[in-house]
Amino acid sequence: MSTQQQLIIIGNGMVGHHLVEQLVDNGALERYQVTVFGEERHRAYDRVHLSEYFSGRDADSLALCEADYYATSGVELRTSEAVIEIDRNSQEVVTEQGRYPYDRLVLATGSFPFVPPIPGNDRDGCLVYRTLDDLDAIQAAAENATTGVVVGGGLLGLEAANALRGLNLDTAVVEFASRLMPMQVDNEGGELLREKIEALGVQVLTERATQRIEDGEASRHRMVFQDDKVLETDLIVFSAGIRPRDQLARDCGLEIGERGGVVVDNQCLTSDPAILAIGEVALWNQSIFGLVAPGYQMAKAAFSTLTGGDTQFGGADMSTKLKLLGVDVGSIGDAHGNQNPSARMFRYLDPIKQEYRKLVISSDGKKLLGAMLVGNNSVYDTLLQYYANGIELPDEPASLILPQSSGAAPTLGPGALPETASICSCHNVTKGDICATIDAGAVDLSGVKTATKASTGCGGCTALLKSVVDHELEARGVEVDKSICEHFAHTRQELYDIVRVEGIKTFSELIEKHGNQDTHCLGCDICKPAVASILASCFNEPITDAAHIPLQDTNDTFMANMQKNGTYSVVPRVAGGEITPDKLIVLGEVAKKYSLYSKVTGGQRIDLFGARLEDLPDIWGELIAAGFETGHAYGKSLRTVKSCVGSTWCRYGVQDSVGMAIQLENRYKGLRSPHKIKFGVSGCTRECAEAQSKDIGIIATENGWNLYVCGNGGMRPRHAELFATDLDDELLYRTIDRFLMFYVRTADRLQRTSVWRENLDGGLEYLKEVILEDSLGINDELERQMQSVVDSYQCEWADAISDPEKLKRFRSFVNDDRPDPSIIMTSERGQLRPA
Amino acid sequence: MTATALKHTVSTDTWQPLCTKADLVAFSGVAAWLNTPEGPAQVAIFYLPRQRSQGQEKELYALDHFDPFSNANVIARGIIGDVKGNPVVASPLYKQHFRLEDGQCLEDENIKLRTWKVAFRGEEVWVAG
Repeated sequence: MSTQQQLIIIGNGMVGHHLVEQLVDNGALERYQVTVFGEERHRAYDRVHLSEYFSGRDADSLALCEADYYATSGVELRTSEAVIEIDRNSQEVVTEQGRYPYDRLVLATGSFPFVPPIPGNDRDGCLVYRTLDDLDAIQAAAENATTGVVVGGGLLGLEAANALRGLNLDTAVVEFASRLMPMQVDNEGGELLREKIEALGVQVLTERATQRIEDGEASRHRMVFQDDKVLETDLIVFSAGIRPRDQLARDCGLEIGERGGVVVDNQCLTSDPAILAIGEVALWNQSIFGLVAPGYQMAKAAFSTLTGGDTQFGGADMSTKLKLLGVDVGSIGDAHGNQNPSARMFRYLDPIKQEYRKLVISSDGKKLLGAMLVGNNSVYDTLLQYYANGIELPDEPASLILPQSSGAAPTLGPGALPETASICSCHNVTKGDICATIDAGAVDLSGVKTATKASTGCGGCTALLKSVVDHELEARGVEVDKSICEHFAHTRQELYDIVRVEGIKTFSELIEKHGNQDTHCLGCDICKPAVASILASCFNEPITDAAHIPLQDTNDTFMANMQKNGTYSVVPRVAGGEITPDKLIVLGEVAKKYSLYSKVTGGQRIDLFGARLEDLPDIWGELIAAGFETGHAYGKSLRTVKSCVGSTWCRYGVQDSVGMAIQLENRYKGLRSPHKIKFGVSGCTRECAEAQSKDIGIIATENGWNLYVCGNGGMRPRHAELFATDLDDELLYRTIDRFLMFYVRTADRLQRTSVWRENLDGGLEYLKEVILEDSLGINDELERQMQSVVDSYQCEWADAISDPEKLKRFRSFVNDDRPDPSIIMTSERGQLRPA
Repeated sequence: MTATALKHTVSTDTWQPLCTKADLVAFSGVAAWLNTPEGPAQVAIFYLPRQRSQGQEKELYALDHFDPFSNANVIARGIIGDVKGNPVVASPLYKQHFRLEDGQCLEDENIKLRTWKVAFRGEEVWVAG
């Protein structure tokens, strides 16, 4: 089209690529014909995760887009073509290949690593760490090297050190300042960081100014420092900061900052309004922003400028959290407290756990001005909310950085979150967006979800979203309906009590007597599985009985776990993780016969994937004949009891943890509950079974067993809490009986013990009063009820395969015996997986 | 998939018997092959025996077995329910709801499953392909 303008972008790094994405996604290619020049061979790649190149990721997997993205989008990408001149008079950029006219030009040339002017810095094996080609050079140089040194102990320097370590070099870091990461941490934090990094075998030398580099004796190079001390090494990587790549801009007379950088305004315009600059080459308000997020914000502002919008760049928060060499480092706002003369500081240092936290607060104690974290970033998100949103601090600000076990509660409730707080990061929904939706008429959670898409991405924010919506509805005087769904005006706990007290044994009887009369009588995918679980907890009838089968989720219906292509995975019970060689062989034979992908699970058993619906009964017939029983991996029920090998084999073990794990798993197998339940049993305090991350954790002592409860791994890890000590076997069973039944009775649907415990009024103390002191007088009943579940256990699969009527369900098609032809498998690493 | 996957090769766009009442599962679904003018299709058949007098009008529904959100043939294995008076099936994988009456997805107005007429003829289940 003749009306199209020529837009040239110099630089195909992360920020330049982000600008292209903005242009493509927002229809700007009708207006501009876009040409991108990249000096490197590769199209734009993820520089933030560059070090993963050495741990197996290749250029293609680091790339920010598919190989044909530019071509199919209609953007011309010219890689390996460096721009050597910008001719502002003729509005052309010049490369060795030719001259290209532009109407608008964007500089996204980024930065280059600063190499200190040390004699010898250009010797062979003196390298930098910035591009994939740099990494190839480092890798090549490392092949004949045993030692490596990184000059510079900042963020990038430590990443480079990690890379050298990954190449099996004896690694040292040399830093000019008195501590590592001088920009982000203070002396205490730097000292802790040094200890942690030295513990990884990386030598740390601070206050060292390299004077020259010369031939070494034992190694290729010798670095000579200011006090004539020396360090020999085969390989040197310079990572002493970055400098903006502003040479093209300098040569064509654009305004440059005193210490480099192309000066831009809020629209990312340079001193020539036809030319913009973004990313690390741009100098905004005397600042260069060396992080990717501000670069992306500049790209958005530049897009807006190019297309007549009004989005501007207004600076960026440089708060960061990082994991360097496995060590958490976090820095928020004025972390050093040197920009606010009246600021006050709190410090917490744990020399055993090696954690350091510092708060910088305003003189009136109300606002968080900055924070510094070393060794543990778990409070970073909360602190960032306080800082970024100017939330008033609690009366005891120190509680925010004290360890949680001392009673502090540093998480923010929904009421304390500001309007700008991000609730759903997948769809970028803030609390303010949610409030606006409610004000516009949304009256419940599903209304908010439909309007905002919140919680429809990864789903990780479901609980937070619900608490925010409930809180906002309550704040507006809307009575929050705690009904389980539209079919019952009751909570799960109320339904449980109704079922138990009235002895109701079927869903149809329950909905007939207690369902809402103005709705249909079918129930739904919320109440049916919940009631199925309640009925099973109370009466333990087979879930595949005709009255119960329509209530079950597909996994319970077919007693296997549906995978994304409609096939199932099969997990037989391996109590305590103990299995005989003969049974292992059977698992292998069955997997082979039915072409099942095999994987060991985190719960110490073996998962067989890719089973077709119609094969499940035959598979289970063979497994049951070999002595296996169902593992309930598909159910909201007891999953596994993980164990370490215990006193039977281990020289440290003080009790038979495997024996106990098998006892417990066989006692509670088949118990249906509000959510899945996992146990762990460790044979000594070394805790190899990771019992403290389980719903029920048991750790052997010299005198018996310590019981921990309400732990969790997964999305929100929670350490289990010590509940009772030195229990004998009998008392341990009885305590767990009561605890589990109390949980089954009172928890919400799909509520793990950890969340149940956090929402329990009265907390752990109340739980101890109920379970250990019988303050409600219900313990006999809880124990009786558990005993009835234990006594009525039967393997659901054994029950099903002996019943032809139940087996009819296991057909892919009722009018054809052949399998579903659309399930396609492919081979990977010697096994089948979905194509 | 090919036409040979069909047992019943009745001419297109007419009523065909797919299975018997005994093949169905009350308040749940089964899958069957159906011959359609576009070729063989996997159909989910749901059976909701009448119980209360009010509301629910039909006992049988036939929808696509194919779940467009997961690209797997799994719809017949979803849970039956009703949402605001409409009988629905929830996808067993990602839990979207589809109205049994017309196949409309309640979470995404752009997604709609195909539906077919279905009825008992004696003990047989017939579908209009």
